Amino acid sequence: MGNSQPIIEAKSIEKFYEQPDKPKIQVISPIDLTVNPDHIIALLGPSGSGKSTLLRMLTGLARPSAGQVLWHGKSLDGQTPNVAIVFQSFALFPWLTVIQNVEAPLKATGVEPVERHRRALKILDTVGLDGFETAYPKELSGGMKQRVGFARALVVEPEVLFIDEPFSALDVLTAENLRGELMELWISKKIPTRAIFIVTHNIEEAVLLADRIIVIGRNPASIRADFEVDISQPRDRKAARFVGIVDYIYQVLTQPTLEHSLPPFEPAREKTGPRYQMLPHARPGGIAGLIELLIDRGGRDDLYQLANDLVMEVDDLLPIVEAGVLFSFIRVRKGDVEITPEGRDFAEADILTRKVIFRDASLAHVPLLKQIENALRRKSDGALPDDFFQDILDEHFSDEEAKRQLDTAILWGRYGEIFDYDADSGRLVLTDTESEKSSE
Amino acid sequence: MKTSQITKAIVPERTWSRLTDLVIFGAAIALFYGILAIARTWLGPISPEAEISRSPLALPYYAAYSLLRILIAYLLSLGFTLIYGYVAAYNKTAERVMIPLLDILQSIPVLSFLPGVMLAMVALFPSRQIGIEMGSILLIFTGQVWNMAFSFYSSIKSIPRELHEAAHVYRFSWWQRFTQLELPYAAIGLVWNSMMSVAGGWFFLMACEMFVLGKRDFRLPGLGSYLQTAAGAGDTTAIVWGLVAMISVIVLLDQLVWRPVIAWADKFKFEQVESASAPHSLVLDVLRRSRALSYLGRTTIEPLNERVSRLFVPNRNSAVDTRRRSGWGRAIVRVLAAVLLAGGIYAIVKAGYVLSDLAPEEMLTIARGAGATFLRVNVALLVGAAWAVPAGVAIGFNARLARIAQPLAQIAASVPATALFPVVLLVLVRVGGGLGVASVVLMLLGTQWYILFNVIAGAMAIPTDLKEAASVYRFSSLDRWRLLILPGIFPYLITGLVTAAGGAWNASIIAEYFHFKGQTLSTLGLGATISEATDSGNFDQLLAATIVMAAMVVSVNRLLWRRLYRLAETRFKLEM
Repeated sequence: MGNSQPIIEAKSIEKFYEQPDKPKIQVISPIDLTVNPDHIIALLGPSGSGKSTLLRMLTGLARPSAGQVLWHGKSLDGQTPNVAIVFQSFALFPWLTVIQNVEAPLKATGVEPVERHRRALKILDTVGLDGFETAYPKELSGGMKQRVGFARALVVEPEVLFIDEPFSALDVLTAENLRGELMELWISKKIPTRAIFIVTHNIEEAVLLADRIIVIGRNPASIRADFEVDISQPRDRKAARFVGIVDYIYQVLTQPTLEHSLPPFEPAREKTGPRYQMLPHARPGGIAGLIELLIDRGGRDDLYQLANDLVMEVDDLLPIVEAGVLFSFIRVRKGDVEITPEGRDFAEADILTRKVIFRDASLAHVPLLKQIENALRRKSDGALPDDFFQDILDEHFSDEEAKRQLDTAILWGRYGEIFDYDADSGRLVLTDTESEKSSE
Repeated sequence: MKTSQITKAIVPERTWSRLTDLVIFGAAIALFYGILAIARTWLGPISPEAEISRSPLALPYYAAYSLLRILIAYLLSLGFTLIYGYVAAYNKTAERVMIPLLDILQSIPVLSFLPGVMLAMVALFPSRQIGIEMGSILLIFTGQVWNMAFSFYSSIKSIPRELHEAAHVYRFSWWQRFTQLELPYAAIGLVWNSMMSVAGGWFFLMACEMFVLGKRDFRLPGLGSYLQTAAGAGDTTAIVWGLVAMISVIVLLDQLVWRPVIAWADKFKFEQVESASAPHSLVLDVLRRSRALSYLGRTTIEPLNERVSRLFVPNRNSAVDTRRRSGWGRAIVRVLAAVLLAGGIYAIVKAGYVLSDLAPEEMLTIARGAGATFLRVNVALLVGAAWAVPAGVAIGFNARLARIAQPLAQIAASVPATALFPVVLLVLVRVGGGLGVASVVLMLLGTQWYILFNVIAGAMAIPTDLKEAASVYRFSSLDRWRLLILPGIFPYLITGLVTAAGGAWNASIIAEYFHFKGQTLSTLGLGATISEATDSGNFDQLLAATIVMAAMVVSVNRLLWRRLYRLAETRFKLEM
């Protein structure tokens, strides 16, 4: 396929936060990555896995903490690479009209007003927005706003077009429509762009569009699989090969430690040292719901099928599956979810027994909850401020993630009646000391 | 039939726009003449003790002078705001110093700047009127600038990350980023704060145009000095004339400047979906239709903007250059910072000496005055809240009432309380209340509106379904207030109270010390101490009292208001 020299080469780029007197927080472990011409590359991973950070490091928006990014063999520092980004939130300037938004990047490079206008009109025509030049973005629907986003990106004729979750803020039909039009522009070579790099958490979207898929896992982000998609365009979602690849990606995402077959892949990186367990952000109600649903379907179902039937994205379903696995209520085997005897007990119990089972399971499988319980027990009044646990978590996670971790732990602890949480005072209080006191 | 309808629609519009063009042209000539006339007086010899005429015929001329002073002070404030806010938002080291400094500067009353500003300006232009004029303008500036700077800074800080990234990826130059991202994003906050600032300018106009500094008596021709002279002579007719003139100017400004500006700035609202009710202004519609203006825009402003933008487009090979320049820039900044630091330390040591020289009785006066003013400020806040909360809730809950009451309240709020003060004093002296009571009334007059408007906004923001829930479950009126209304308006009420408290502290310098009917009325208070120290040129006392006032305002902010703010943000935020 023509010139196969990579356009972008990332050499063991990583991202971490240094902390004084504490081990650094690793967000992205060293990653090697290349962007070759004539490829659509999809970067796939659950949310919070650092996909967007990776995209920003490749474009020069963010600097890697270590490692370097090469553009045509030269370091990115001091260069302004010819790239464009289509943003998830569109990132249009609401005070500029559609055409002014599209002209803005041309103005930045000093293109004459007349030429600027001509090129902007042409690209608006290409994305199907002629007639809307003088409208303001707020007058447009979401899909049309993203068309403006695409027009603004394409008007600079970028060598690599970066697309960050472009369709996730749109409804299903609009997204499907836009995807089709993007592929049409790409395949018919109506745009001079040499490569497209798309970040997404939607597995099907990746398999529909990409020539190559890179799957990353989280905490810290690392490449779990990197393979070419050997299906010709246009692709049929129902084709066996399509479904096979989707299933494979589900397996990679849900069972990070196992080795997988199907297409050739890069094995997951060796993990260095013991790591803090990362809680999936799932509600107890969600876990119970999933298990009940599985029982209805005979105790076992295909993950992809399940997500499809529920009209859920991996992003929404995965944390629940992960939590279920963590409590060993369910097992994942070759892309299938299967209920365990413990899970069956849980599902068939009444609400009070459920809480007891949940409590025992969480104390057995979630070290953080065990740790909280121990700490509370050691206090005479059985109460500690949430900041105390926040500080412990801060050593292992970024600020934002640490907060989410504690929120999830509190949610589970409350449901399992391990402790109670007073949001006003921000204190965790052991539940059974209270009941003992009242019974005495 | 159809064609006649169309021509009918077009013809009046054409004459209309010719007429506007004529008006705009006339206004330009008048403005030009005014600038020339004023320049002549300003560059003329000094006349600090000019007699202020009490004839109503002098009012248009005085009004023009005051307006010009406020305008120049406002432009200075805007320039300062853009630079200060920009640097504070983008330079992390500077931010750590600049933002607390802004907090302190905001709490220093205008009069405390007076001696320093005045002496410096008169020393700069010893023989020209412009020195005193500059002093007066800078005083108005110190009353206007801080909230604007703060608003601009926080706007820049809250620009969404993806917009910044878009500007970066698409290689916006500094200028393009400023004009297409930062300034538009900050525009609405800037407009509202500009209105508040200019209103503050009118409030302190009397103090800024006529004052005694030690042995020297400064009087500048203007509305403020007119009102003060009229009050000093107890001339009720002149007071009324002055009031009428000031209110007319303010209402005209509101109609001709602020309303069009607000309507125009609506396009900078950062919203993804168009809101149902956008502000309208007839004047703006007329201006937009003017052919002269659109011609001017096409032929001069747009090409000029093009040229300026082109200047900032980076040369492709200039990356190395900018880096070298930034090295130089860093060195200069470091030297500047060192000079500022040394100057600051020197000033603090000096101030320490001055304060240690203060006699114990003076200290005691300041301490008692601080207590008295603190009490007055809080009484004014309590009284203000006591009427403004029920009234605001009533207006906010009732759309029909809001349509009638809101414009009225806006007009009432735009009248600077200081201008009403002589009238209030006349009444209170007759009834028998002293200045102690009158000063609370003045603080109240100046600050109750902040509470009222914020409460109205808060009451309007309470979702209808919550109100309906309260009705369906038959809340008693006590429960309605306790569970629905008070928690709902809490964040807004806090904002209103903070602004009102700041205003009340600042107002104390005028309220507690007043020249009236040929005598000086004064009462125990920190504001009175500051005014008196300025009048008598007692700079030690002025410094001490200013430090005490700033310290009190800042610590109340930190200890009380900031905590309430946090509570409002975490617990009483209505989010679904």
